Amino acid sequence: MVSQVQDAAIVGVHEYPSRKVEGKLSPMQIKATSAARALADAGLTWKDVDAIYDAGEGGGGMSGLTIAEYFGLKPNVIDTTAVGGSSYEFHAAHAKRDIAAGKARVALLTYGSTALSHAMAIGTGGRGGYATHPADNMDSFAGMTLVSNYAMVARRHMHQYGTTSEQLAEIGIATRLHAMRNPEAVAAMTALGFLDIRETTIADVINSPLIADPLHRLDCCMISDGGGAVVIAAADVARDCRKKPVWILGTGEATKYPENGGDITVSAAAQSAPRAFGEAGVKPGEIDIAMIYDSFSITVLTLLEDLGFCKKGEGGAWVSGGRLRFDRPKDGPALNTDGGGLSSNHPGMRGIFLLIEATRQLRGESTSQVNGARLAVAHGNGGMLGSRHSGGTVILGRD
Amino acid sequence: MADLKRPLPNLKEHDTREFWQATKDGQLKYQRCDDCRTIVFYPRHHCTGCLGDKLTWHTASGRGTVYSFSVVRKAEHPFFRTLVPYAVAWIDLDEGPRLLSNIVGVDDPAKDIKVGDRVTVEWEIHDELALPLFRPA
Repeated sequence: MVSQVQDAAIVGVHEYPSRKVEGKLSPMQIKATSAARALADAGLTWKDVDAIYDAGEGGGGMSGLTIAEYFGLKPNVIDTTAVGGSSYEFHAAHAKRDIAAGKARVALLTYGSTALSHAMAIGTGGRGGYATHPADNMDSFAGMTLVSNYAMVARRHMHQYGTTSEQLAEIGIATRLHAMRNPEAVAAMTALGFLDIRETTIADVINSPLIADPLHRLDCCMISDGGGAVVIAAADVARDCRKKPVWILGTGEATKYPENGGDITVSAAAQSAPRAFGEAGVKPGEIDIAMIYDSFSITVLTLLEDLGFCKKGEGGAWVSGGRLRFDRPKDGPALNTDGGGLSSNHPGMRGIFLLIEATRQLRGESTSQVNGARLAVAHGNGGMLGSRHSGGTVILGRD
Repeated sequence: MADLKRPLPNLKEHDTREFWQATKDGQLKYQRCDDCRTIVFYPRHHCTGCLGDKLTWHTASGRGTVYSFSVVRKAEHPFFRTLVPYAVAWIDLDEGPRLLSNIVGVDDPAKDIKVGDRVTVEWEIHDELALPLFRPA
């Protein structure tokens, strides 16, 4: 490990516990409540915040004009990068950069969504309507649902590398194992009416109904309400916070889009991850915790390869045999130890939960704790893996 | 009332209107840069390969290969709900462009389509344009 720059750290986190608010709360209320609790977790107050990072998901448009007022803050930095589920990894990267540049000392990232209450069809809704972007205007007639977009990556991965549905199923059974150990995830599955809340097997996944071939229901994430917040602070602030700092050691950002003759089995992570690992001076083999955006099983398989845990195309064999479980640390990183989007929390943009659970692990607070966890990667994927998407990689470490 | 019609492209969208206008005549068009020969698709006003804008429209043969596909079994949009199960696919045209479409003319999309299959365009005719769907060649 090369010497690492400790200029910014996650000092406060909060995951909003309810996944079903039944229309009683707005996304903005979830954001503000989560922010207050994350600041309390850090031992800081609203007055300490001088930088806001916001993806605009709270609604109303131009959140840069309204979010500070809603919180009652007067920040010196406002960043409204909106790249879907990866927004929070981009925000963490920008917060580290802004803090390192002396522009900010305490950065606040928040997320709130009522995707479930408002029956947002984030998974199976065919796009349609009046297209104003040229790409949409070429695509919308074909009825590509979100699930089928990802399914086409899975199909191509199977074609090029011989990956099987059984191998993809390993992702969902590892995250379900972790979810069953997390009371909030069990409560979430209960609130959402999951039929059979227990540990799953490969056969369970394969025998669940196909939603878009070759992806089965248990290859797909849940649709919940929810939210959370993350507080990132400069080193001198972090040293005085209530809990031990979780340092942001390296970050990377990238986008990927359909290209004539391109390879859809390669994601934006192939560009963002080498930059993040390089900046951190860390190798994938050193990582204890892999918090990877699990919108679908194929998302994780693709991202594991692109993050460098194994070679492109070898992900299917690599994940087999329960390798991703939290209780097999010698086999490589534990995957999504909170239960993931597949079995704990997915209100549409899951990226913030990747930072939150990675922080819990590096503090020793996870319900599926990996003993002595020192290094984590959080990789968010925004947009659609099989067409245009963004990838944000964040390497985190404790003292 | 639920909209039981297929969502159609917007003929006024600036970058893609010439593509869609040509479909009325059964022509599958794509752009190539006169200067650097880059194929630009989806259509645009500028070349993505060089700083030029001398993009010339060419007509594709309508023949291509299935790059990947999925069989949609659950859809929310009222039209596509009536269509399930149906195949969405990325098609690599022989001339280079990759476009998203449907594969039609098969008995069972789950069994009768494979990656790498040869396909050919089959126009679905609408009032002001036609949609380039594909069937096995």
